Amino acid sequence: MSMVFAPCLTETAAPTTHAEPAWSPYDNNGGTCVAIAGEDYCVIAADTRMSTGFSILTRNYSKIHQITEKSVLASSGFQADIRALQKNLDARHQIYQHQHNKQMSCPAMAQLLSNTLYYKRFFPYYAFNVLGGLDNEGRGCVYSYDAVGSYERSGYSSQGTGMQLIMPVLDNQLKSASPLVLPLQKSTTPLSEFEAVDLVKDTFASAAERDIYTGDAVEIVIINREGVRRELMDLKRD
Amino acid sequence: MFRNQYDTDVTTWSPAGRLHQVEYAMEAVKQGSAAIGLRSKTYVVLATVNKASSELSAHQKKLFKIDNHIGIAMAGLTADGRVLSRYMRSECINHHFVFESPLPVGRLVVQVADKAQVCTQRSWKRPYGVGLLVAGLDEAGPHLYYNCPSGNYAEYHAFAIGSRSQAAKTYLERKFETFMECTKEELIRHALFAVKESLQEEELSSGNCGVAVVGIDEPFVVLDPKTLQAYIEALDSGKDEMQTMEETGTDDRQSSQVPQEGTGSRGISVGANEDTPTDMET
Repeated sequence: MSMVFAPCLTETAAPTTHAEPAWSPYDNNGGTCVAIAGEDYCVIAADTRMSTGFSILTRNYSKIHQITEKSVLASSGFQADIRALQKNLDARHQIYQHQHNKQMSCPAMAQLLSNTLYYKRFFPYYAFNVLGGLDNEGRGCVYSYDAVGSYERSGYSSQGTGMQLIMPVLDNQLKSASPLVLPLQKSTTPLSEFEAVDLVKDTFASAAERDIYTGDAVEIVIINREGVRRELMDLKRD
Repeated sequence: MFRNQYDTDVTTWSPAGRLHQVEYAMEAVKQGSAAIGLRSKTYVVLATVNKASSELSAHQKKLFKIDNHIGIAMAGLTADGRVLSRYMRSECINHHFVFESPLPVGRLVVQVADKAQVCTQRSWKRPYGVGLLVAGLDEAGPHLYYNCPSGNYAEYHAFAIGSRSQAAKTYLERKFETFMECTKEELIRHALFAVKESLQEEELSSGNCGVAVVGIDEPFVVLDPKTLQAYIEALDSGKDEMQTMEETGTDDRQSSQVPQEGTGSRGISVGANEDTPTDMET
């Protein structure tokens, strides 16, 4: 596998007392995820490139998974772990539906995802997740996670290899002036659905310029009270 | 069936080669309120008679969704049925997780049957006191199975279990040859007519019966009371049919059962002695 022979260009690790392993159970398949929550919609987007090392495995892989009627999970990282995580959540959701006779709400799924990730605290899912959807009142919600389940609800978020290119742009466009400013901001953005989708397209196009792991196409999923809709926009393939 | 010295333990054979505890468990199914199942080339319909224990209480749930392609109706100890349905749901979810495809109905039914059999061969257990009509779809098409407390199971074109099920069975026996070509609506009509037979004097309403349907491209769903009431009201045009049936007379105290296609199960007559052949000798 190329990950064993490729030159190590990750951030320099701290010096350790143990020997470097010959084999890693993880791989990073790259990619970026973004989600933006609005008053009555949520936009979740992810690029469709799957890589390993400096190679592209496919230009056409979906990182987005709809778990319930109202929640959509976008994850970047190790896609094998991500697939296992998605299947796990699907099975848990089926059980919930049998027991409660209804679908899980997005906040409930957010908690379940956190617990599922922490369950594997000592052999984590190499998954950087963004969960988007509509909460019980029909307002957009976005939850972002680290690999072991720490999560927070916010108005927008991004994860993955292009995160550091995209997040500052989102902050610039969407963040409120200061938490001390009154009236208190809700955890959604004032953008309209169309503006949010446009912003997402712009951020991905920008990230694809400089992040080698982001490109090919961006898949955009929009949830609102009418249902779920998908858009696909081409990105640079280099 | 009368009490005898061989009926205390499920692990005790009688000299006639019967396990009385298992037979008593099957009695429990006969005492429960009726459940009916029937199938066509594309749909399987389950219907139940819902008896509330008192006017103040809600009806017992007897129709359960197991997976998108499988559902059950039960008769007997519904608590046992709930436990089995939890097992069945779990098996379906696990199979789907590993194989990313729906668990074939026939396989699930065998697993349930094997689970029931265990309880007939352990001194510290008792048999499940519930009969399950399992309706499901797989690549081979729609199926209807009956799972018995004895651990036996069989596939049916149509079947009825529980109290006053003989009346429904007689209706089904007359009509089952036409079921294969029925549409979904016609199948539901037949199911409701069969339930009507089991209800005898009572007026059929969405309050005292339940219907569930599963079909090719249609996931298992228990009909909500509104939809059900609409079907019941649509039955009225078929009233002539009912009158003909009443004239020929259905005596549900006769418990000898005519075998359905491919199964050959025989009934236990009430008050039988040791020599009468039973279900388990099939």
